Amino acid sequence: MKRKDYQGVVIAAPVSVPYVRYSQETAQWWIARALKDMLKSASLTPVDLDGLSVSSFTLFPDTPVGLTQHLGLSPRWLDSIPMGGASGVIALRRAARAVQAGDADIVACVAGDANRIDSFRQLLSSFSRFAMDASYPYGSGGPNASFALIADAYMAEYGAKPEHFGRIAVAQRANALRYKNAIMKSPLSLEQYLSARPISEPFGLYDCVMPCAGAEGFLVMREEEAEARGLTFARLAGTIERHNAFPQDPVQMRGGWAMDIDELYGMSGCGPGDIDLLQTYDDYPVISMMQFEDLGFCDKGEGAHFVSSHDLTIDGDFPHNTSGGQLSAGQAGAAGGYLGLVEAVRQLTGLAGGTQVKGAKTAMVSGFGMINYDRGLCSSAAILRSGG
Amino acid sequence: MSEKLPPPAKKNPQLRQRVPTLPPVARSRAALGLTAAAARGRFMLQHCAECGAVQYPPRDACASCLCVALEWRDTGRKARIIAETRIHVSPDPYFRERLPWRTGLARLEAGPTVLCHLHGDVGRGDAVMMDLKLDKAGQGVMIALPETRSADMEDDPLLRALTADPKHRRILVTDLRSAIAKPLIEALLAAGASHVFAGEPEAWRRGSERDAIAALDQVSVMPLDVTDQASVSRLAGEIGGKTDIVINTARHVRPGGVLGSDTVFAREEFEINALGLMRLAQGFGPAMCSRTADGTNSAAAFVNILSVHALSADPGYGAFSASQAAAYSISQTLRSEFRSSGLRVMNVFTGPTDDEWHQPLPPPKVTAGALAKAIVAGLKSGVEDVFCGDVAKDLEERWRRDPKVLERELTGGGA
Amino acid sequence: MTSPLKTLSAALAGGSVEVIDLTHTLDPDFPVIVLPPEFGQCARFRMEEVSAYDGRGPAWKWHNISMNEHTGTHFDAPIHWISGKDVAHGAVDEIDVSVFVGPVVVIDCSAGAAENDDFELTPEIITTWEREHGPIPADSWVLMRTDWSKRKGADYLNMADDGPHSPGPTPAAIALLLERGIRGFGTETVGTDAGQGMHYSPPYPAHFLLHGAGKYGLQCLTNLDLLPATGAVLVAPPLKIKGGTGSPLRVLAMVDRSNA
Repeated sequence: MKRKDYQGVVIAAPVSVPYVRYSQETAQWWIARALKDMLKSASLTPVDLDGLSVSSFTLFPDTPVGLTQHLGLSPRWLDSIPMGGASGVIALRRAARAVQAGDADIVACVAGDANRIDSFRQLLSSFSRFAMDASYPYGSGGPNASFALIADAYMAEYGAKPEHFGRIAVAQRANALRYKNAIMKSPLSLEQYLSARPISEPFGLYDCVMPCAGAEGFLVMREEEAEARGLTFARLAGTIERHNAFPQDPVQMRGGWAMDIDELYGMSGCGPGDIDLLQTYDDYPVISMMQFEDLGFCDKGEGAHFVSSHDLTIDGDFPHNTSGGQLSAGQAGAAGGYLGLVEAVRQLTGLAGGTQVKGAKTAMVSGFGMINYDRGLCSSAAILRSGG
Repeated sequence: MSEKLPPPAKKNPQLRQRVPTLPPVARSRAALGLTAAAARGRFMLQHCAECGAVQYPPRDACASCLCVALEWRDTGRKARIIAETRIHVSPDPYFRERLPWRTGLARLEAGPTVLCHLHGDVGRGDAVMMDLKLDKAGQGVMIALPETRSADMEDDPLLRALTADPKHRRILVTDLRSAIAKPLIEALLAAGASHVFAGEPEAWRRGSERDAIAALDQVSVMPLDVTDQASVSRLAGEIGGKTDIVINTARHVRPGGVLGSDTVFAREEFEINALGLMRLAQGFGPAMCSRTADGTNSAAAFVNILSVHALSADPGYGAFSASQAAAYSISQTLRSEFRSSGLRVMNVFTGPTDDEWHQPLPPPKVTAGALAKAIVAGLKSGVEDVFCGDVAKDLEERWRRDPKVLERELTGGGA
Repeated sequence: MTSPLKTLSAALAGGSVEVIDLTHTLDPDFPVIVLPPEFGQCARFRMEEVSAYDGRGPAWKWHNISMNEHTGTHFDAPIHWISGKDVAHGAVDEIDVSVFVGPVVVIDCSAGAAENDDFELTPEIITTWEREHGPIPADSWVLMRTDWSKRKGADYLNMADDGPHSPGPTPAAIALLLERGIRGFGTETVGTDAGQGMHYSPPYPAHFLLHGAGKYGLQCLTNLDLLPATGAVLVAPPLKIKGGTGSPLRVLAMVDRSNA
């Protein structure tokens, strides 16, 4: 059966709670702040929320259920999206179906995480059963080491060089300097990128994100609801998700997007050439490069050439990760999976401020998450259009 | 090619000795199957009983057909490295002290991709032999080794941390009156042990190979009687701080069942075989535990020689079997108590040894030389359990298959 | 009349009677007799700390000890040997305590033992001794001095491939002592018999003949060189072990130093 379209679903009230490197505050605190900001910008009260979708690694021992009581919310639709970097788009996709079906009228999608000293180490060691059994005991390098292996295999297979990844990182830093909430505040040159201290070869310092605390969120509703409330919004043109794609690949060279990308463009009624800006999940530049390929902007293995022949800054010919991405804005746990989507909504609603891409009408956002053992398992993507 | 490991320099007494840390220890129950295989020096993975698919990481259901009957089977070790990294940053204290640390992805010919430690001689593109070894946390881990042996490959620091190689280590052999003492000491020296302390009980008796042992280079004969707490304490006070491996060769065997023999022999067997082990562990264990991260000649292992009848009694040696079961049980508690330091307890299970106490038994029997060789090989490979000789191997196999059937066979009633 | 005990007390206090310790220290390293390995063996002395002013007993220190009845300097009762198994009052707890204090004579064989590890105490040596010191008094202890107690380590048992080599009495010598009606016989070696005593007829004549006759043995004695040939009094009370065949003990000798 052909998948139903996402007609009439809009996204409003994009919110980013400014990130902090280390914070004593809890996930509950960060999520509450994001929700409060979302409600405020949409002139809503908590009772107006009848749907809630939550992503967080650090709520333990609570779940989103406990969060409803903690925050005094009574939603009739509740979702928990424990999908890391794929969470934002997947939360949107499911919330879209809820509002389409009338299960909910206004869904708040929110992601937030705490970051105390040593909490990253503890998160790594208990991230997943396969990670505990078969990855963490091997140097405990965490995602840096796991994705370094993927990068190493990718470079060997396709001839990509550090300077190609450097173009992604350097462009994002340039973008981040125009984003007021970015953790990274100083410029980054390609020379600095290439001479950075090694983290897990081939990765150096600027291939890796900075774990921090923070929260992101947005509201999902039907278009008529948004219009009735006088909200500015972006439209959802199409979206996909996929888990554990290509399990037989010996090492990850492609994500689940490659399985579903044609359907995404099909339901969105556009192609790669129509995308004005792209927000990829950039836990590492190599993963963004894979997304360029798997999302159809170039052929498999052509990512290095693609980044060499395009300008990825806000004012360039291929604006990419306009708020700096996680590499420069910081990775606030599951909120990292919301960063690009929230920025894309700001871009399409003219709220992006310093990072605004001129004339942005169509944006693509892709998510990627959960390195359970040797590869990221969740992939997601969405195409958004400006409203009105 | 691995660099030859130089003998350790004398330690700087003004520097604090490194406190032992462990690599991550937590594992799921399924993953302990890797540990169980590594402990015995086997390379085993789960195979689906229905479709045969080989699984990794260990799991509870087949990823090809969802069958929940997964069987641990010996698996081909051949693989190729398809990716590698050198980790320079790790939040884990154990690895942080040992950076950079190399890991890689190995594609097994048997199917799965395995994230593994990399021996220094292998890298991306290389054909390798995979091995499962116990790490300092005592958990089974994957390591990719060169396809062909090279001269000093055991000296690779990453591999050495997974073994208890005698090279450059100082080893106490607790009882030189044991028939295996001399061949064992010679084998340890040949394997590069820097010094062997040979314990001599009852120096007031003659009739041992003491003089021949004392004449060996790098061997000191020291008074030690495992039945005497004071003797153990005295020697531990003298050499406990520089003993890297203890190999307990003290052993008392007398034939006879339970009804027919009195408790005098049994008591002597328990005094030496079980309580002697306790005394040694109490005397030498704490200092060894504090020295498991002490460089090239760090404390590495505590070795027991046990009869395979520790697992299931030989009624012809009833009290002796009981003492061996007790010693085995003590060794298991020691494993728990040594665990936080990374000090390994290696049990060497042997069948009937070729000595006066098993003289009327038919072959095969384990010679002193074979036992010595098995001990050294076990230390070099870093296993926890060694089954030496055909009888021990056969009995282990039968014990694994069905302890009750084995008990019935050993106690009469098998065809 | 002055009480003899008062006299003794005064002599002890004044030093005209000296008390000499004939006992080796009970030490885990002190040798015990070694039998062929298929036989049950004599337990070595062992001591384990029960507490030492610590958590196992905050204000006190004490040990559990274990050993054989025949470990260290020890007493042999008649029932120790098959020949004495039916002797009346043959166990240590049954022996009349008057036996434990009495006269002792010392036959010095140290010169011969220094020359010959297998030196034998013969009737000729005994009669030669008697020519000098008079007949061995009835009901006295007879000690064979060899200075063997001065030997250290493996030289004490002096094991060779054909068994231990240490001095001891011949069967005829024991027969002669029994004729004299002695109370018991003691040595500095690990047993009352010679190291090669199994080759006599009967084997182990001291054990076999003495215990068969209801006499007692003392072994692993020391300091016999400090005793006079005659005139000393031996104090050798074994522990009162029910049915005991022997006992470690403290052996003392009182020696007259009055030059009277």
